[in-house]
This record gives sequence, C-alpha cells and structure tokens, in this order.
Amino acid sequence: MKKYVLKRVLISFLTLLAITLLLFILLQAMPGSPFNDEKLTPDQRAALDAKYGLDQPIVVQFLRYVVNMFKGDFGVSYKISKNTPISQLIESRLPISIYIGGFAVTLGAVCGLVLGIVAALKHNTGWDTLCTVISVLGVSIPSYVFALALSYSLGFKLKWFPMLYSAGEPFASSIMPSIALSLFTLASIARFTRTEMLEVLGSDYMQLAESKGMYGSKLIVRHALRNALIPIVTVLAPLIVDLMTGSLVVEKIFSIPGVGSLLVTAIQSNDYNVVIALSFIYSAMYIGIMLVVDILYGIIDPRIRLAKEGGN
Amino acid sequence: MESTENSAAVLQPDEFLPNDFELRGNTDSTHVDTNFASQNFWKEVRARFFANKGAVFSLIVIIILCLLAIFGPGMNKYSYSDQNLLEKNFAPRVPGLESLGIFDGNENMTTTTGSKLVNGYKDTGKEDVYYWFGSDVLGRDIWTRVWEGTRISMGIALCAAIIDMVIGMSYGLISGYYGGHVDSVMQRIAEIVNGIPRLVIVTLLMLVLPRGFVTIVFALMITEWIGMSRIARAEMLKLKEQEFVLASRTLGAKDFFIIFREILPNIIGQIITQLMFSIPTAIFTEAFLSFVGLGIPVPMCSLGSLISDAFNSFTTHPYQIIPPIVVLALLMLCFNMLADGLREAFDPKLKEM
Repeated sequence: MKKYVLKRVLISFLTLLAITLLLFILLQAMPGSPFNDEKLTPDQRAALDAKYGLDQPIVVQFLRYVVNMFKGDFGVSYKISKNTPISQLIESRLPISIYIGGFAVTLGAVCGLVLGIVAALKHNTGWDTLCTVISVLGVSIPSYVFALALSYSLGFKLKWFPMLYSAGEPFASSIMPSIALSLFTLASIARFTRTEMLEVLGSDYMQLAESKGMYGSKLIVRHALRNALIPIVTVLAPLIVDLMTGSLVVEKIFSIPGVGSLLVTAIQSNDYNVVIALSFIYSAMYIGIMLVVDILYGIIDPRIRLAKEGGN
Repeated sequence: MESTENSAAVLQPDEFLPNDFELRGNTDSTHVDTNFASQNFWKEVRARFFANKGAVFSLIVIIILCLLAIFGPGMNKYSYSDQNLLEKNFAPRVPGLESLGIFDGNENMTTTTGSKLVNGYKDTGKEDVYYWFGSDVLGRDIWTRVWEGTRISMGIALCAAIIDMVIGMSYGLISGYYGGHVDSVMQRIAEIVNGIPRLVIVTLLMLVLPRGFVTIVFALMITEWIGMSRIARAEMLKLKEQEFVLASRTLGAKDFFIIFREILPNIIGQIITQLMFSIPTAIFTEAFLSFVGLGIPVPMCSLGSLISDAFNSFTTHPYQIIPPIVVLALLMLCFNMLADGLREAFDPKLKEM
C-alpha cells in the first residue's frame, strides 16, 4: 500500500513539474522583455535584470519560478486590473467557484445515484427508459446549452431566478448555474450506477442475502449499493474535471465572478500572467483530485492496487 | 541398434514424398453444415446495428446534417461573410411558410414599455427578401452561416478524431505488444500527459500558436489520443497471447506484421467505436474554445463562434442562437447514440447488462 501511494504521489508531483516547465517555456517564448523602455542604458538594463534575477542561468530562473508557483506567488496582472497580485484576484473568486461547483457535484451525484438505482431496480420499465433518455441527453448536450436554455426559460421568461449572478442573493442566483453544470455529472453517474447495480443485483451474493431472508432497503443499501459504489468513485475524477471546463462557460453566461470567468476574461484580454497562474491552479486541482481518487480506489478495492503494482 | 538406425534412414520422418497426400476432392463424404452456417462477422454486425432504432435514426440525422453542411451554404444567394447592415436582425422568413403565420419575419420585441410586433422586412420595405433562418447583428444570413459553421466544426472534429485514432492506436498497440520496460515507460509518459488538464493544454496552445483550423486540430490531437491508446492497449493485452498470434509468429511474421496485420483487424470494431465517441468530444471542445474566444478567426465561423456571437443578444433575438445550438446538440447526441449502437453491434455481450 505504501509503495502504491508513494508511486502515485511521485507521478503526480512529476506531472505538476512537467506542467510548470511547460508554463515556464511558454512564458519565455512570449515576445518582448519586461524592460522595453528605449531610454534605458545597457547598464541600467543590466541592473534591472540583476534585481529581478533575469541575469541568472535559465535553470536557476526555472527553479525560482517553480518555488514561487508552489508558494502561491504568481506575479501581478498586467491588463485586467493593473499590478494587482494575481493571488489576491483569485482569493476573492475561488470560494464562489467552489461553492457553485460543490453545489453542482452534490446535486448531480445525489440525483444521479437515485435515478440509477431506480432504473436498475425497475429494469426494463418506463423508469429505466426515462433514466436512459436522461443520461443520453445529459452526456451528449454541452452544459452551456442547458445553461442558455435555463437562462432563457426560467430566468428571462418566467423570472423565477435572477438571470445574472448577484452577490446579494448568492443562493438564488447559483441555482440555475448549478443545475446546468450538474446535468453532465447526473447523467454519467445515473448511467454508471445503473450498469453497476444491474451487475451486482444479478450476483450470487445478492441471491444468498435474499435467501437468508434479507429484503427491502437494507438489502439494497447494505449489500447492493456498497458494492456498486466502488467503481463509481473512478468516474468522479473525470467528472469534476469536466465540471471545471463547464464552469468557464457557465460562469460567463451567468456573469458569475468566479475563477472560470476570470480565466475567460484573461484569455480574451491576453493577460498571460493570469492565464498561466490559473492554468497552474487548474492543473494542481486536477492532479490533486486524481491523486485522491486513485489512492481512495486503491484502499476500497485492493485488486486495483495489486494489479497496478504487479504490472511493473 | 543397427536395425533402428536403418529404418530411420529409410523413413526420414520430416521429409514428405509426393504421393504422401492425395486430393480428397469435394465428394459426398465432405459436406458444409447448413443448419448452423457460419456467419460473416460484418454481416452480423450490420444486422445488429440496423436492429437498433436509435442508432439508425442517428445515422440518418448525421447524414442529413452532413448533406446540409456540404450543400447548405450554396442553397441561397448569400455567402457566409456578406454583410448588409441595412438588413440586420431580421427574423426568419421562408417563402410559402409565411402565409401559415410561422417564419413570416415577425418577432416580438420586449422593451421596458411593453412588447410590440416588429417585422424587419416590412419596416424597411424589403418585401422580396427572404432570410430562412433570419439575419444576424451584421446582416449576415444565418442559414448560410450555420451550415458553413457545421462544415467547419465537422471538419475539425473529423480531422482531429482520425489523427487521434492513428496516434493513439499505434501508441497503445505498440505499448501493449512489447510490454515490459517499453510498456512501463510509455505508460508513465501517457500518465503524465493525461495528468495535464485538457483545458489547460488547449488554452495555452491557442495563446501561443496563430488561431485557426490547424491549431485547433493540433490542440485536439495532443489531448485526445490517450483514450484511444488505452483501448488499443487493453485489447492488445487480451489478444497477444492467443494461438493465432503464436501461429503467425511461428510462420515467421515480424512484430509489425503481427501488430498491424494480425491483431489490428481483430480490434477494429472497438477502434471505430472509440473514434465515433471522440468526434462529439472534438465538436464540443471546438465549440467551447470558440465560446471562450479562442476559436476560428472571423469572418469564418464554427458552431461555437455562432453561439458565442448570438449569445450577446439571445434574449432580444432568440432565433439567432437557436439554429446553431440545435445543430450542435443534434450532432453531439447523434454521434453519441451512433457510437453506442456501434459498440453494441460489435460486442453484443454488452447489451445484456
């Protein structure tokens, strides 16, 4: 187990380092130098370079860059809000994004599980068909199509919820974005739960449990669901990542002042520093989630761990 | 001792004589089993596929959309980049249908003072002008632009999916076939590439490279091959120990012959299915990039950029955003359903679950 965890952590760290290298190369490849003033004499330029460490060998510069990134010092924004430290920009926006993302994951996971279980228990009935239809629609149609549809129908026509995010009523204004974001999660989890539940329900130990006289919710929750849940953990990681991508567009549609809309604004106004900082944060979050899920999966299902260790 | 040596010399067990074998011929004693006639694999796949109504329906929708993408832009006199500021924001109007009260160029404008019926065609005295899907903010024909956008989105998706297939397939097959250290190293590389969020790679690439068709295909190519390589590797691991591979190797086949001529044809079903799944992903990523502002440069358009443009006025002129969204949703849905159908057709065991 220790070996497995250690290996996962090492790979995650290497990945993050690879990303940092990529970002550093990109930063170097950007045209121009920070000191473009014509009036600077070569001496002054050299002094400035020395002050900011730009005269150091490229390896030292990279190491310093890595240390800064890992410490959370991302430099300052050039365009969006001049000379504001990026960490400060992100600090105020991250909670909103996490709030909406968490809302969406919870909503999607709970509804998806219920839908999947119902579909599996009522196999080959109307419920099953409904679940299949919802999951096909949810998986196929991008979240921003849902977002636009919700925004037009519930927001613009019926005026049930605010069309744009307002800080005054965070709950009411995060309902529509969360629903739009959650549909993909909901659909994937429903589909997966259904398949897993069907497999578990047909297994020998379920028949044994039933013949022992177990019935009802106890049978479903204690015996079926617990075993069906194991593989579902694996789909959560890619789902959370899709959520991050989706949040970019959904945040833009609902004007939510979150990290996603900051990235969109930064891309559109060519604020490279902000883009790179956010790329780093997104990657770190992604890698962190993948790591947790991998380790969790190794704990829940030893076969996976052994297979991965045996493979080498 | 002497006699056995003698008989061995006479018999020469590993040498065949011309009259050792005789042609049996197709006489009465051999017969073909007609009760359980062997079925052609592809025939069975086809039969299973066409039994799946959803998949067939999706295939038909996709064909119709492809035809419209090919011929749609040429079906009226407008081009995708023609602007006519005098004819901007006209609601859809189709000859014939307009007398039925739909597609007659009327739209309800809701303002703070209430709503009123507006008809751009009548108001500007252009009774003989028809925009089938309406015209956009710059007076461009939405019909032409939607099909032009579909053409570009589909083009990007197909190019990216096919390149991904070739790269991912080769990578997975080679990694799985050789195993050991080769596999180990190749899988670690894939793991690291997979660890970088797609969103980040694509965004950064689009910032550095000039925006356009090739860049989007390139960005998609870098990120999407992993899934394909996983499938190819898994299938390779399943097949490489089988007898037909051993037989081929015994007959002197080289590694590459075994990989691409012996094993590949056996997993082509899974590869095609995965290809079909990667097309909607590519369409979605392209639409996402365009929506964020990293897509195809103007005046060209894709489904994503059309949605992004129309988004700014989607409450006042909803007809501008509906066609690209419907086409995008239909494409994604149908490709997914088609891929599902193919998967079940290639692997009928799945359906029983």
